[in-house]
Amino acid sequence: MAQAKESGEDDIILKLENVHMYFGRVAALAGVDLEVKKGEIHSIIGPNGAGKTVMMNCINGLYKPQRGSIYYKGRQINDLKPHQRAKLGISRTFQKIELFGGMTVLDNIRLGRHIHLKTGILSGSIYVGKTKKEELKTRKFIEEEIIDLLEIESIRDKTVHMLPYGLQKRVELGRALALNPELLLLDEPLAGLNLEEVEDMARFILDINEEERWKVTCILVEHDMGVVMDISNRVLVLNFGNKIMDGTPEEVQHNPDVIKAYLGEEDLYATRR
Amino acid sequence: MPPGGRAWERSGTQIEITRNLTIPKLFLRQCKKYGKNKVAMREKEFGIWRPFTWQDYYENVKYLCLGMVSLGLKKGDKVAMIGDNRPEGLWAEMAALCAGAIGVWLFQDCMIDEVRYIIDHSDAKFFVGETQEEVDKALSIKDECPKLEKIIWDDPKGMRHYHQDFLISIRKVQEIGREVDKREPHLFEKLINQGHGDDICLLFYTSGTTALPKGALLSHWNMLTMGRNLMAVDPCYDTDDFVSYLPFAWIGEQMMSISCGLQVGYTINFPEEPETAREDIRQIGPHVMFAPPRLYEGMTRQVQVRHIDSAWIKRKVYEFATKVGYKVANLKFEKKPIPWTWKFLNWLAYITMQKKLKDHLGMSRLRHAYTGGAAMGPDHFRFFHALGVNLKQIYGQTEIAGISIVHRDGDVKFDTVGTPIPQTEVQITEEGEIISRSPSVFQGYYKNEEATRKTLVNGWLHSGDRGFIDEDGHLVVFDRSKDVMTLSDGRPFSPQYLETRLKFSPFVQEAWVVGDKREYVAAVMCIDYSVVGKWADERKINYTSYPELSQKPEVYNLIQKQIEEANKDLPEPAKIRKFVNLYKVFDADDEELTRTSKLRRAFVEKRYKDIVDALYSDADTVHMDTTITYEDGREQRIKTDLRIQEIKI
Repeated sequence: MAQAKESGEDDIILKLENVHMYFGRVAALAGVDLEVKKGEIHSIIGPNGAGKTVMMNCINGLYKPQRGSIYYKGRQINDLKPHQRAKLGISRTFQKIELFGGMTVLDNIRLGRHIHLKTGILSGSIYVGKTKKEELKTRKFIEEEIIDLLEIESIRDKTVHMLPYGLQKRVELGRALALNPELLLLDEPLAGLNLEEVEDMARFILDINEEERWKVTCILVEHDMGVVMDISNRVLVLNFGNKIMDGTPEEVQHNPDVIKAYLGEEDLYATRR
Repeated sequence: MPPGGRAWERSGTQIEITRNLTIPKLFLRQCKKYGKNKVAMREKEFGIWRPFTWQDYYENVKYLCLGMVSLGLKKGDKVAMIGDNRPEGLWAEMAALCAGAIGVWLFQDCMIDEVRYIIDHSDAKFFVGETQEEVDKALSIKDECPKLEKIIWDDPKGMRHYHQDFLISIRKVQEIGREVDKREPHLFEKLINQGHGDDICLLFYTSGTTALPKGALLSHWNMLTMGRNLMAVDPCYDTDDFVSYLPFAWIGEQMMSISCGLQVGYTINFPEEPETAREDIRQIGPHVMFAPPRLYEGMTRQVQVRHIDSAWIKRKVYEFATKVGYKVANLKFEKKPIPWTWKFLNWLAYITMQKKLKDHLGMSRLRHAYTGGAAMGPDHFRFFHALGVNLKQIYGQTEIAGISIVHRDGDVKFDTVGTPIPQTEVQITEEGEIISRSPSVFQGYYKNEEATRKTLVNGWLHSGDRGFIDEDGHLVVFDRSKDVMTLSDGRPFSPQYLETRLKFSPFVQEAWVVGDKREYVAAVMCIDYSVVGKWADERKINYTSYPELSQKPEVYNLIQKQIEEANKDLPEPAKIRKFVNLYKVFDADDEELTRTSKLRRAFVEKRYKDIVDALYSDADTVHMDTTITYEDGREQRIKTDLRIQEIKI
């Protein structure tokens, strides 16, 4: 178990210090620092292959960085497994949908809640006392807080693989929320959605972030610049595993390096190959 | 009558409608009668049916009413309301009526311009909206409608950044009302007792197939007599269930929820979301149902499509059962006795197919199903009767508080709309126009003397519909007078009749028939995207969008077959000779349909003039360049070529 270490500041929920992640000799992350403040939407942008998803994977524990430290609420979490981090309140969605296609929407969301259930197989099978109470509480939470929020009443009993892509994305968000997270990692939640779905999803993200009930800090990886600039408090720009800058949306929009990286300089891509 | 239930008539609770009775007075009486012992309404929320007793109904309305009064609502003021069907919507309406105010409902999908027009024209003082979306609509027009004083909202979702002082939540209004009630405990009943049956209670903006919407004024007496007269034909019981899911802005829904519902005291059920309505209806299994033809057409289409998809054995059972069903239904239509062999076969059809299908459609317990508001094709009618559903036609207008004519049980003729309800006279003028007179005839159009004078002559309501009364005394509605076409041989013809026949095909969603004073009849067709899409998938026909799919030669041939089917037993000059598949479906947002889904002919004729011209020329394609409007007001330009196909007869 990692040793608790004070990061010094209370309102920093997540801190990355000099994180390095190599695949063979390719540096996916080459010493990245990041501080995410509680209650903010912190976006990560960058061209394809910049290391955005790798960073997400490092934060939630799918990858273990070779160097550097990750602190969550002041505690170093480098050695924690993904499920342990999930229990601490770090939840995520995936760029490519990772739902259980053969299960219903409700079952998928319930699964997200499983980590917080305390009853065992035995008491679960007879459904009395504590188990019953816990089940009722879970049901209330899922129905009132998640299904109502995401407006998926009409599909709650449908199997996931039958649903259109946009709705599947919504279910993914629902499952991530079932963990009752404090920090939510959203990996391209808007990719592949049509205009109306993008507007809905952006509204859900804002609701989750701002609504008194949730107040979830979000890390958002996204290519849709309009939405990113509209809803983010801060934006981190990555390119080839390096941090170009970290600032407010206005600062980022006017930074020449960012513009250069983003407007796709062919020779930069060439060097990578 | 359900077992153990008390008959409305027999229990002696039949309500005498006096001139002095108002909807709030009746409401008060029913609340006292049923109190905590009976469920007045149910709402599905968070996946569970939540009941509200008459006592809950009473308290919610009372506090809301007192709250609104203390915020400045006075007798005769207008309260505009918009939102999905929820208990809160009905509470708001009832609260407004209790305060002596007039309710104005708007359709949920109204565009900003319509909202602005209605709010401004009706002089609405309060606006009650359900969610952030409705509040946004109200806010965007607030500056142009200075008479609007307060905006009341219900659902707190997304409302965290709204702090204007004219915004207030329903809950907050009720809190204010509770305080008022503590100070003046008799105020609520006093307010109700001030009302009189001749006071205006509701202001309905009619959909208007031609011009701007007109506001029809209805009094308590109008609404209540209409409900009583319908219930005299088809009694309902307080043990019945009704599902309220069609817009409150439609008179049909008001008539079932208020005019009839309040008198009978049946339970009104509200679905969770509009999208879940069908599933929720199935869970409730209502005893009575009233919907525009579109809904029944949707159901038929759904059944036809599922039938095509199902396994061989199921298909065969279905085909057997429908064959028997049609035969028995036809015997009933002809009022002939049913031989016992057919009775037995019908029983077999019932246990093998009809029972299950009716359950799926939520029609298991259905006693009366009504359709009205637009024309319904005879094929749809036969279809439901073959299933054993007692589907009946209703005819009426907003201006007569709902309905004036209905089919009687055992006397259903699918090409008529039935006979008048009690206290209602129906006549045909020399020009062939249908006129009617009853206690439910409306009080006139709001701020429109001229239209009132034209519609209301010596107490007779002029409908603008053309029709005649057949040998059995049934009214037959031909079409809107101005829509009646003249064929090439000089005979009058109803385009609506042809359109409803075309729409019986599951592949056709909308159809528009033209040919007034032309050599032949032609049609503009809108394919049903999901059904034709599925059909195309099975045949490995590639497409990416509605416009592309609609222009596929295979799809044209498919639609041609459907038209030929409809053409079959029509007289030669009425047969459709040419048609075109439109690149989109007619939509109310583009003003092509009214909010109750009737085709606005004058408008589409202007808009698609190029297409009509091409249909009557030698051209085999027509170039289109137009814009379409989305619900949020955005516009998109569309450029495309449409093919014209000729049908050889």
